[in-house]
Order: sequence, then C-alpha cells, then structure tokens
Amino acid sequence: MNAKLFQLWCLMSVAILLLCLSLVIGFIVIKGAPTLGLSLYFGDTPMLEAILGLAPIWDGIWPACIGTISVVLGAISLAIVPGIATGIWLTYAKASIFKQALELSVVILAGVPSILMGLFGFTLIVLLRNTIAPSANSSLLLSSLCLAMLIIPYLSVTTRTALQALPKSLSICASALGMTPWQQQRYVLLPQAKKGIVSGVMLSIGRAAEDTAVIMLTGAVANAGLPGGIFERYEALPFTIFYFSSQYQSQTELNMAFGAALSLLCFTTIIFSSASAMARR
Amino acid sequence: MMAERLQQICSAVVLILILALFGFLFWFALPVFINPNSSTFSLAWQPEQGQFGILSMLAASCLLGLVALIIALPVALGVCGFCQLEQYKKYSVWIRRLIRFMAGIPTVVYGIAAVFLLVPFIRETFNQGSGFSLLAASLMLVLLILPVMVMVLDAYCQPLTARLSQTAASMGFTSPQLLFHVTLPAAKPAICSAALLGFSRAIGDTLLPLMLAGNAPQLASSLFDSVRALTAHIGLVIATEHGSAEYNSLFAAGFLLLCINLFITLSVRKLGQSQQQGAGKKVRSDLALATTQVTNVNTSINTQSCSDNRQTT
Repeated sequence: MNAKLFQLWCLMSVAILLLCLSLVIGFIVIKGAPTLGLSLYFGDTPMLEAILGLAPIWDGIWPACIGTISVVLGAISLAIVPGIATGIWLTYAKASIFKQALELSVVILAGVPSILMGLFGFTLIVLLRNTIAPSANSSLLLSSLCLAMLIIPYLSVTTRTALQALPKSLSICASALGMTPWQQQRYVLLPQAKKGIVSGVMLSIGRAAEDTAVIMLTGAVANAGLPGGIFERYEALPFTIFYFSSQYQSQTELNMAFGAALSLLCFTTIIFSSASAMARR
Repeated sequence: MMAERLQQICSAVVLILILALFGFLFWFALPVFINPNSSTFSLAWQPEQGQFGILSMLAASCLLGLVALIIALPVALGVCGFCQLEQYKKYSVWIRRLIRFMAGIPTVVYGIAAVFLLVPFIRETFNQGSGFSLLAASLMLVLLILPVMVMVLDAYCQPLTARLSQTAASMGFTSPQLLFHVTLPAAKPAICSAALLGFSRAIGDTLLPLMLAGNAPQLASSLFDSVRALTAHIGLVIATEHGSAEYNSLFAAGFLLLCINLFITLSVRKLGQSQQQGAGKKVRSDLALATTQVTNVNTSINTQSCSDNRQTT
C-alpha cells in the first residue's frame, strides 16, 4: 500500500518538476524570442561597424557577449594547464602528505561558494592597492583569475575521473613495451582519456560563463562598451541580465534583459549538452 | 622526469592558490574576532550607530537553505524513485537528460524568470508585502538544488536497483515495492549526502537571494518577510560602497560562509568514505541482507494479502 502511495508521489513530483521547469523556460522563451534579432545585439549601429569596433553600441548586448567570451577565454587559458596537470598528478603520484593535502583542498575548493572567489579577488585588489600597486583596480584579468579558481576543481576532477576509468591493462601493456611513465601518459593514457578531459573543459566553460557572483565583485559593470584591455572593466552577459532586470528604466532595457537571458540560456545549453554527448561517446 | 616535475609545480601552484584563498579571507576577518567591542556578531543592524550585526543574515541564510531543503528533498526522492521504476524506464532516460539540462541553467535566468513570474504571483495571491520574500527565494532555490540532489541519489540508487532487481523479482516483488522497502532504506547515506550538498548549494548561491529575497537585514517572522542572506550581503555592500566600516562585516560574513561550507564538504566526504568502506566489506553480504529484508517484507505482504482474501471471502 505504502509502495503504491510512493509510486504516486514519484509520478507527482516528476509532474511538478516538469510543470515548474516548463513555466520558467517557457516564460523566458516567450519573453525573449520576440526580441532576438540584430537590433538586440547591435542596437542601431550597423552590424559590420559594430563587430569591427568602429562605432560604439548603445542599445545592444554585443559588448556584453564579447565581454563574457573574453573573460571565459581568459579564465580557461589560466586554469587549463594547472587544472589538468593537477588532475594527472593526483591520479599517478604516490601517496604523500602533499598529495593528501592537495586532494582535500581541491574537494573543498569545489564546494566553496562562488561569491567567496569574488571576495578573494576583491581582497587581493585591496591588498595590492595598499602595498605595491596603488593604481590596481578590478579588471578583466582579475575576473579571469577568480573564475579560473572556480573552475580548477572541475578540470582536475574530470581529468582524474577520465584517467581512472581507463583499464589497468593499458598502462601495464605500455610499461611492458618499455615506455617510461611520461611516454605512457603522453602517447597512450592521455589520448585515450581525451574525450573525458575535453568534456570536462567544456563543462568548466559553461560554469564560468554562467557565474555572476564572481564577476559582479571583480570588475563587471553595466556600461563599459567593448572590453578595452585586460586591465579595463568590462560588460558581461549574466551581469547585464542581473542589472537590467532590477534597474530597468524602459521597456527596451527590459527586453534586452530577456533577450540576453535567452541567449545565455542557449549558449550554456549548447555547451553542456555537447559536453555530455562527448562524455557518452 | 621533466614532465612530472612540471605537473608537481602546477599542483603546488594550485595548492598555494587555495591556501591563499583561505588565508586572505581569514586574515581580513581576523579584526572582527580579536576586537571584543565589535558588534558584528549581533542582531543589531543600525548603520547610523555603527552597528553592523550579521547574525540576522546568518539566520536568513540557514532559513533559506532549510526551507528550500524541506521542499526539495521529497521532490528529489520522488524524481529519483521515478527513474528507478521498471514501468517508466522509457521516460526515465529523458528525465535524467532533463536533470542534466537543469544543472546547466544559469542562476540568473532563474532569477529573472522569478522576478517577473513568481514574485507578482506571490504578491497577488497572498497579499502580503511586496512578494520579494523568503518564500520566493526558497522556491527558486529548490529548482537550483534539485539537479544536484537527484544526481547524487540516482548515482547511488541506480546500481543498487540493477543489482537487486532480479532477486526481488524472483521473490515476487513489484518494482515500486522493491524501491520503497529495499532501495530507499538502503540509500540513507546517499540521502544524507544529497541533503547536505543541496543545503550547501542553497546557502552558497548569491543571485537568487539577492534578486528575490528583498534584502532587508532582519529576522524573518513569516515566509513572506523580506530577508538578506550572507551571500547577498557581500554582493550588496561591495556593489554599493567603497571603504566604509561595513567592510568588517563583509569579511566576517565571508568567513562564516567558508566555515559552513568547509564543515559540509568534510561531512559529505566522511559519509562517502564510510559508504565505500562499508560497501567494500559487505559486497557479498549485501545481497544476503537484501534477501532477508525482502523475505521479511514479503511475509508481511503475504499475511496482508491473506487477510485481504479472508475479508473478501
């Protein structure tokens, strides 16, 4: 009897989930879809000039898109080498105190709320300003650094999982052929685990692109135009959505927020689904 | 040799970065702890009189997490249960995909949808306050933490169900009975980890409390009160002011958050380790145990059906 009741509850909770999710997604699509178009991204500026950066863009989210892309690229390029190297090292290193400490701190870092990364970046700037660089300010580089810290655990955990999933016979066979550990990694193990690692990289791209708390504290602003350099402040999609949804002054700005939300949703959906498709193959 | 050295250096860099994160937050929060006159750990929030108490925010964060958890846990159990049931196998693939899709939805998208959908709904239905409330933020947090919880539960229950399904079928168990009487009771540690992880995600999220909870630094007396979470406090103060006395409260809030999450991460890890050890020891006795459980339940079901039969005749 109880089992039957629980089965009913299972059906009900799935129904609730589907209902809520379709409400949220449907709302975003209905509000966002009509705004999609060239004018959402470029405002009144002609497209070609806008892309080439010849003319400033006022009522468009193109600068925010470029800002997000550049901050994500920065974060990935900072994080990819340490993240993956940590993953490899954690898989193959012999047990030691250093390894235990690193393992534990990666796990802890994965659970740290993203706003604390932002706060870390903020304290870093405060410290720099008080000591060696009085002119230091929150910037694209700082955001990239903090986002990199956010995604390092993802990178190293996925790399490690991918390497651990490989059959033991592979490395035994490689050593029987006389390969050194490094040759094994370089020519056998890493190529075999490539798909898992790449899907981990894509997961972290998605994670970095969607995060708002970090960039809010470390340099994203509402009106900066196209990013001028790594020491400048910049615009970013999630921050634009957040800013315009709470401080909109006209219907156009609100529409921009919905258009940006739909664009961001599409972007993260594509990234995450291709990551999971890659992991499955 | 070179390459190994390189990997070691990278690992060391990562470790140093992580330690720097903890060190910085601790160092900046230190003045609060050594200053006995500091009013940071109090309920009073009166910026005009220099009192920046963050306890109400701590309470708000915990309350948000708890309310979200209370709603999310049954739903997560239900969704996970749905994925284990034999008769819905066709749909469970899609539900799992949907859950993975949900995990990728940016929080700010949930936020903007709730500001224009849920908040007016709460305002008009309950007629209390502005709608920016504990309830609104908690409801959206439920959507945010559901994927994590379902994934943790499913990762534990799916292999268990696969292992037990044949035994159970041979004992005449239907799939819901197996789920309810064997799989779920056996999944207690996974349920604990799921709850802890969900709670820590809910506490750690910034955007939803910031956009939906109203941000009034006070103790909530009802679900419709406006509250300010620790994370939202950090975001608000940095976004609005530079170099004021509020800064200490900021770092204290960050430090508190860090401690809470540290505690939860370590507990989840401990749970997982004891799970693994337990699994290693009783891989073989597991089936036997499950079988006795199944038999017990089965006899009770049999007696029940006997009595049912008697009643009908």
